Amino acid sequence: MTTTMPGPEIHGLGHSMKRKEDDRFVRGRGTYIEDVVLPRMLHMALLRSPLAHARIASIDPSAAAELPGVVAVVTGADLAAHNLAWMPTLSGDTQAVLATDKVRFQGQEVAAVVAEDPYVARDALELIEVDYEELPAVVDPHAALRPAAPVIRDDKEGQDTNLAYTWEAGDKAAADAAFAQADVVVSLDTHYPRCHPSPMETCGCVADVNAATGKATIYMTSQAPHAHRTLFAMVAGLPEQNIQIKTVDIGGGFGNKVPIYPGYVVATAASLLLDRPVKWIEDRTENLISTGFARDYHMHGELALNRDGRMLGLRVSMVSDQGAFFADAQPSKCRAGLFHIVTGSYDLTAAHVTGRGAYTNKAPGGVAYRCSFRVTEASFLIERLVQNAAYELGIDPAELRRLNFIRPEQFPYQSATGFLYDSGNYPAALQKALDAVGYDELRREQAEGRAQGKLMGIGIASFTEVVGAGPHKDYDIAGIKMFDSAELRVHPTGKAILKIGVQTQGQGHETTFAQIVANELRIPAEDVLVQYGDTDNTPYGLGTYASRSTPTAGAATAVVSRKLLDKGRKIAAHVLECSPDDLEWQSGRFVVKGTPEQAVTIQDVAFAAYTNHPDDLEAGLEGVTYYDPPNMTYPFGTYVVVVDVDPETGVWTVRRAVAVDDCGVRINPMIVEGQLHGGLAEGYGIAAMQLITFDEQGNCIGSNFMDYLLPTSWETPRFETYAMETPSPHHPLGAKGVGESATVGSPAAYVNAVIDALTHLGVRNIDMPVTSAKVWQAIQQASP
Amino acid sequence: MARITVTVNGADHTDEVEPRLLLAHYLRDKLRLTGTHIGCDTTNCGACTVLCDGLPVKSCTMFAVQADGREIITVEGLATGGQLQPIQQGFKEEHGLQCGFCTPGMMVAATALLERNPDPSEEEIRWALSGNVCRCTGYVNIVKAVRWAAQAMQEQAAPEEPATRQPATEQAATR
Ligand code: FES
Ligand code: FES
Repeated sequence: MTTTMPGPEIHGLGHSMKRKEDDRFVRGRGTYIEDVVLPRMLHMALLRSPLAHARIASIDPSAAAELPGVVAVVTGADLAAHNLAWMPTLSGDTQAVLATDKVRFQGQEVAAVVAEDPYVARDALELIEVDYEELPAVVDPHAALRPAAPVIRDDKEGQDTNLAYTWEAGDKAAADAAFAQADVVVSLDTHYPRCHPSPMETCGCVADVNAATGKATIYMTSQAPHAHRTLFAMVAGLPEQNIQIKTVDIGGGFGNKVPIYPGYVVATAASLLLDRPVKWIEDRTENLISTGFARDYHMHGELALNRDGRMLGLRVSMVSDQGAFFADAQPSKCRAGLFHIVTGSYDLTAAHVTGRGAYTNKAPGGVAYRCSFRVTEASFLIERLVQNAAYELGIDPAELRRLNFIRPEQFPYQSATGFLYDSGNYPAALQKALDAVGYDELRREQAEGRAQGKLMGIGIASFTEVVGAGPHKDYDIAGIKMFDSAELRVHPTGKAILKIGVQTQGQGHETTFAQIVANELRIPAEDVLVQYGDTDNTPYGLGTYASRSTPTAGAATAVVSRKLLDKGRKIAAHVLECSPDDLEWQSGRFVVKGTPEQAVTIQDVAFAAYTNHPDDLEAGLEGVTYYDPPNMTYPFGTYVVVVDVDPETGVWTVRRAVAVDDCGVRINPMIVEGQLHGGLAEGYGIAAMQLITFDEQGNCIGSNFMDYLLPTSWETPRFETYAMETPSPHHPLGAKGVGESATVGSPAAYVNAVIDALTHLGVRNIDMPVTSAKVWQAIQQASP
Repeated sequence: MARITVTVNGADHTDEVEPRLLLAHYLRDKLRLTGTHIGCDTTNCGACTVLCDGLPVKSCTMFAVQADGREIITVEGLATGGQLQPIQQGFKEEHGLQCGFCTPGMMVAATALLERNPDPSEEEIRWALSGNVCRCTGYVNIVKAVRWAAQAMQEQAAPEEPATRQPATEQAATR
C-alpha cells in the first residue's frame, strides 16, 4: 500500500487557485451559443412591434414567405393552432409568445421568419405587413392603477384593472404604534429606475427537434436548465425525457437568462414543424427592449426614530412597474420577491411593508439583476433613509448606523418581517471600512472644504442580503422546490467527476466546486472535473441566480463528498483489515490509530472500491445528494464611497470606493473578490448611468449601447476590497452566497456620497441614475 | 458577390462574399474563428475587436470586403504553438476574466496597447481599453492582467535580443 502524502497541491478551501476554465477562454475557444452550428441548421429572426399598445388588425406574411431563402414565416395564429401562442411566466402569469390579439409593449414578438441565412431572415422581416390599430399607451404605473386607465391585459378573464398583484409583510398595528411614539419621522420617495442586466452575450438558442428520434435538444442561454426543461415539457407538451437542454458556455447572465423568452419557444416550435435545427440569436436592441429588465420600483419609506437616534419603526409602500406581463423570475409565493428584507442591518422591531404591481405598456421582466429577488431595491431604500435620518437628527451617519445595528450577540436574529438572520457582525464591518477609508480625516477635510465652496461627500451603505433560496417550505419556482444537487463519482484511478444542478455564467464553478471536493476528500482540485448545464447528464437542480450556487449546490457537494468519505472509511477498513472505528482521517489518508505506517490514501480507497470492495458493500465510489438548505444565508458588509462634485458642472467623480464584505467562509478568495469587483462596477453603473426609460408613447429610450450607458474601464472607480469571515452556522462549509452583494449594497453608497456632498445645501434626494445634469440642477435650486 | 483575399492569423483565405457581409461574420461564420464575439449593434462594446494591419478595429463595423488584402489577427492568433502569449497568461494569472465573452476583444486591444506602449500606467491601460465593455470583472483585474503582461514581456525582452519577443506583437510591430 502506498502511504506517501499526496504530492500535488490540493487547492481546498481558502485557496486562490487559478481558474480551470480560463485556458479555453483566453484562447478564444469557449463555446457560446452563437458558436453552436448544426448540420442543416436554419436561422430565425423575430419581427417586433414598433408600437407600445395596439390591436393587430391583420398580418400578411406572404411577401416575406416568397423571398428566396425563406423557409417559413410563423405568426401567432400558427402557434395558436398548436396551443402555443401563450406561455406561463415564472410568476404565474401568462405571456404572449407571438402576439395574436394586441401588442402590449414596444418590441413585443409578432412574427418569426426562418431562413437558410441569417441576413435573409432579417431581410424578410421587412416584408411582413402588419396592420396595427394604435391604442393609448400606459407608461406610468401610478396612472395605470387609476380606475380610468385603459386595461392592458384584457386577454385575462376577470382582469378589469391594471393591478398585477398586491402584497404585504410585517405587522401594521405594531408599526403604527411605533410611529405614534416617535420624536422624528423621516420619509423618502424614490424611484429605483428600470435598468437591464445586459450580459455581454445576448440570449439565444439552437433548437434541434428530431422527428426521427422524437428528441428535442435545445442549446440555450439558460441560467436554470433543469427548470427550463420541465417548463418546456409543460408548455410544449413534449415528454420531458425527450427534452435535453444544453447550455454550453454562457457569456454572463446576471438574471437576464433566467426567464423563458418567446424566441426559445418559437425556435423550438419551428424546428418541430420543419424537422431541422433552428438557431435564434437576439441582437443587442432586442435584448434591451424585450428581455428581462430589472427594478422599476417606486418606493415610499418612512423611518420613525427617537430624538437620540434610536430607530423605532419602518413603514414602506411601493408600486412596481411590471410591464405588460408579470414575469418576475422569483419564488412563486413571493409577489415582491424578498423586498421585505427592507429592515436591513438594523434592530427594527416594528415594520410594515406593502406593495402593488402595475401592468404597463413596457417590456416584462422584473428579473433579479445580480440580486436575490428585489433585495437590491430594499437595501437601497433603507440605506438612503438611514442617511437622511442622520442629517435630520444631526447625528453622524456612521454613528446612527452603529446605534441601531443588530448586535453580534443577537444572532440568530428574527426580523420584524419574518427572516431569521443566520450570523453577522455589522459593527466590525462598518469599523473596518471607516478605518480603511480614513473616515474621521475625511470628515475634517469635508468641513474645511465646505467653507471654501468645495463639494466632497462620503456615502456609507451597511447592507444585509438574503441569499441561497432556499428552504423548500418557503421557496419554489413554478412549484419546483428550490433545493439543489451534486453527484460525485471517484474513478478507480482516484480522479473524480462532479455533476451539479447549478449553472455557471462566469462565476467559475469548474474551479470552486472542484475545490470543495478537494477540501473534503483531499483529491487535488486539478483531478476533479466539474460538469453542469446538460440536463441529461447532471442531477436535477434549480440553477444559478440569486447567489444560490454556493449555499445550495456548494453545500450539496460538501455533503455528497462526506457520504463518499463514510463509504471510503469502510473500504479502507476492509483493505487494512481493521474496524472502521480504528481509522483516523488525516488529510487524504485513512490511518490506523496508533500505527501510522498502516494507512491508505483516498486514491487507494477509490481503486479498492472497484477492485477489492467488501462483500457487504456495493462496488464503486459514487453518490448523489439533494440539499435542501435549512435557512437562507445573510451576507453583509459596509461600503464607503468618497466623491468630489464639481459645483460648476455637477460632474461627480469617485475618489475612493472601499468595500468590506463578509460572505462567510471564502472557498476561492480570488474568485470572490472578482465577483465583488463586478458587482461594485454594476452598482456604479446603476447609480450613475444605466437607465431604461420610455417616452409618452411607450418608445423605449435606452434600446442600444449608445443610449443605455454601461460603465467602461475609464469611469469605473478603482475599488479597494477587504474581507471578513463570519461563517454561516448552518452551511456545511460556513459559506454564504456572494455574487450579488456588491450590486445590492453599492448603489446606495454612491448616491449617499453625492447627497452627502450637497446636504449642507439642503439637498436630500436625487433619484438614480444620478447624472451630472441632475446634480447641477439640484445645486442650482439649492443656491439661487 | 465580391472576391476577397484576407490573411488571417498568418494564413491566406480567398472567398466570394456578399458586399454587406460584416468582417465579424466573415471570421466567425465563414472561417469558423468563433473567438471573435459580437456583443452589440452599435460599435460600443469591443467584443469583436481584432487587429487589422496591426491596429485594433471593431470587426462588427467593417465589411469583409474592406479587409481585402489586409492582415487580420484574431484571438486565435495570439497564442503560438500551444504557448500562451503573456497577455493571455496575464488574464489567467490576475483573474482578468469571468464569463470570458469580452476577453478576446480585451486581449486584442491590450496587445495593440502594449505594442505601442510596452510599459503603460493604470491610467493609460484604462484609456486604451475604454472601447471595450466588460460586465463581469469591474476592470480592476483586467488592468492588473495587462500590467502582468507588460512586466512579463519586458522581462522576456530584457536579457535577450528583441527578436525573441512574442510573435503576435512582433508581427504587429513590423507593419
Ligand atoms: S460587437 Fe460591439 S463593438 Fe463590435
Ligand atoms: S468577463 Fe464577462 S464580460 Fe468580461
